[in-house]
Amino acid sequence: MNKQSNVYTTVYIIILVLVVGTALASTALALRPKQQENIDADKMRQILAAVHITPEKNGIVEDFNRYIVEQKVVNSAGETIEGNAFTINMPEQIKLPADKRSLPVFVCKMQGGEIKYILPAYGAGLWGPIWGYIAIDSDGSTVYGAYFAHQGETPGLGAEIEKPAFTDQFNSSLHLFKDGKFMPIEVVKGGIAPASGADYVNGISGGTITSKGVGTMLDNCLTPYKLFLEQLSK
Amino acid sequence: MAEKINNKNVLFNPFSKNNPVIVQVLGICSVLAVTVKLEPAIVMGISVIAVLAFSNVIISLIRNTIPTNIRIIVQLVVVAGLVAIVDQLLKAYTYDVSKQLSVFIGLIITNCILMGRLEAFAMANKPWPSFLDGIGNGIGYTIILIIVGFFRELLGSGTLLGFQVVPQWCYDHGYVNNGLMILPPMALIVVACIICVHRLYNKDLQEE
Repeated sequence: MNKQSNVYTTVYIIILVLVVGTALASTALALRPKQQENIDADKMRQILAAVHITPEKNGIVEDFNRYIVEQKVVNSAGETIEGNAFTINMPEQIKLPADKRSLPVFVCKMQGGEIKYILPAYGAGLWGPIWGYIAIDSDGSTVYGAYFAHQGETPGLGAEIEKPAFTDQFNSSLHLFKDGKFMPIEVVKGGIAPASGADYVNGISGGTITSKGVGTMLDNCLTPYKLFLEQLSK
Repeated sequence: MAEKINNKNVLFNPFSKNNPVIVQVLGICSVLAVTVKLEPAIVMGISVIAVLAFSNVIISLIRNTIPTNIRIIVQLVVVAGLVAIVDQLLKAYTYDVSKQLSVFIGLIITNCILMGRLEAFAMANKPWPSFLDGIGNGIGYTIILIIVGFFRELLGSGTLLGFQVVPQWCYDHGYVNNGLMILPPMALIVVACIICVHRLYNKDLQEE
């Protein structure tokens, strides 16, 4: 057989691609449920991290179900609407105008019985998406904790937003309502208080664009919750 | 290569005398990218060993049927398929690490070591020596990744595998982590230092 002929070459590559394609498709299908489990468990871990709970590696789902007593979706008027808070697609939601968004709320009951509200956030860093979860006290204003993550920020610079040195700044010293006015947390350079009078955290030196991304993300994602949080404070 | 293939040489030569990274200077791109921390470097190394060994075997098995004019395409399809499978497996079983390595697993496809070994070795040799060649070159690559990752994480972050190793009193006395170590240029400089030391000990590698 002439191995250099056009027919042989064409048939050869078609068979090869079919074989490789089938192998890939079946691997992807077979591993799909396992991967989805991992993705869900990872999301649960991140949500719990916002309230300083670090579950055991194998007990994430149990811990999540124990602490998160309610998952609901609200709209920008603060009313509860239909929907599954866990599966809401944040990248799509943040592109909608605030009054059209479905806003997920995870209600967490801590060991001592106090209630925390965990709100997701999603935005853009320097190289790719960044996201996080902010935990708010039951008064709807005091920050309890935060978790941030990123896809590909620069290690040692922008990537530091996921480190405790940055996230620990999100504690009870921050308030979303100042004198009754709603102001999302700002991320600033070198401790210079923002002119608006909002509460602030220090950005990462060398990670300016990522830090600004966190600030924009908080503004964009927390502001629609204004009325919901206002109701809590009453 | 006219000489008879010696399985032992095939496996062990790439560790030092014929190391793909520091002698042939292949696969430098990923050495820059994944060596900021030690752990991803190790997982990346293991993934490359797996992909390299299996693609070598597969190409070696079908080497006599491959039409010469599309052999590079055939090699690419096999490598790309294997890499995608490894990526899926990592996502299913070691989700944390796969998150850290993100795109770099996919970029194994573009690693010059793979194409180099397939073209230079697997296309002309039987499956078993090809398998050993894949393992040997993979390990040779991994050794360098680990050395570079070790120095970059130690000097750049003061940690190893995520554990703090530079004691606090060093920082109290004015020691600071070298931020430059985290940036890609330092990976090249560390590799250059390794090449320099390696050649000092291997006089036959020194050029006139």
